[in-house]
Amino acid sequence: MAKKVYVIPCSGIGKAAASVGREAMYRVVEELRPEVADTLCLSLLVMGDEEALEKIRKNYCISVDGCGKDCARKNIELSGGRLASSRRVHDVLKKHRDLQPEGVRDIGENGRKLAGLLADELAAEVDAATGGGE
Amino acid sequence: MDMQPKKVGVLSCSGEAEAEGTICRNAVRLVMEKYRPDVVTTLCLPLYLAGDTGEREFAKKFPVISVDGCGKLCARRATEKYSGTVQDAIDLRALLEEWGVTEKLSRSHPGELEDKLAERLAAEIVKRIDAIIEDGKIVER
Repeated sequence: MAKKVYVIPCSGIGKAAASVGREAMYRVVEELRPEVADTLCLSLLVMGDEEALEKIRKNYCISVDGCGKDCARKNIELSGGRLASSRRVHDVLKKHRDLQPEGVRDIGENGRKLAGLLADELAAEVDAATGGGE
Repeated sequence: MDMQPKKVGVLSCSGEAEAEGTICRNAVRLVMEKYRPDVVTTLCLPLYLAGDTGEREFAKKFPVISVDGCGKLCARRATEKYSGTVQDAIDLRALLEEWGVTEKLSRSHPGELEDKLAERLAAEIVKRIDAIIEDGKIVER
């Protein structure tokens, strides 16, 4: 079993969905599964930072992407990370079309609700990867 | 750059793990949405690796200002590695030291202080954009 699960969102600066992904990640690593979940800056993988590469190769990762370009998933794969699962914010949005996020800097109430739903799903995936649960 | 560009590229580090990264992204968005909406373009940094090769033309097409949250300088170094030279570079952590900011900052729950710092950083980015415009490095509209 993996010691830690790195929940790594895309860095999307142009779309509100990316901000939802980041918000969901923060909920998982800071509130829902702080003992076993962590994150790191995706740009460190782009730069080939040795410490970051070691973390994603020795532990499991979950990618969270805000658009179809799948930057988080692709960068983890290109860096040799152990991908436990990959998620797109739009997959959750498709199931809850009334929860459209507002903007990139402030996703609004609907965006926060959407992030909460995604965070719950991510927490379950962290549990599956670690063999644990709350 | 073969043709005179019409926009300035402002590229933020992704910095999801650091409070400074959140401030950088918010500052860049402020510049794009509020202060210089018509002259700024940006790119999600991980597209240098995950995108098609078009993204690597970014610094060839536009004069780029990199905005980094920490001393690892991912935005600056990634641009130089994959795309081309940067026109100007900002290191927020160095600026925070210069501004005398010592408080602990939040990456996930930016409050009044983080918002003020994002505004202050946005003003710094605007200053650098205006210098590029004054130097005649982009076509003015």
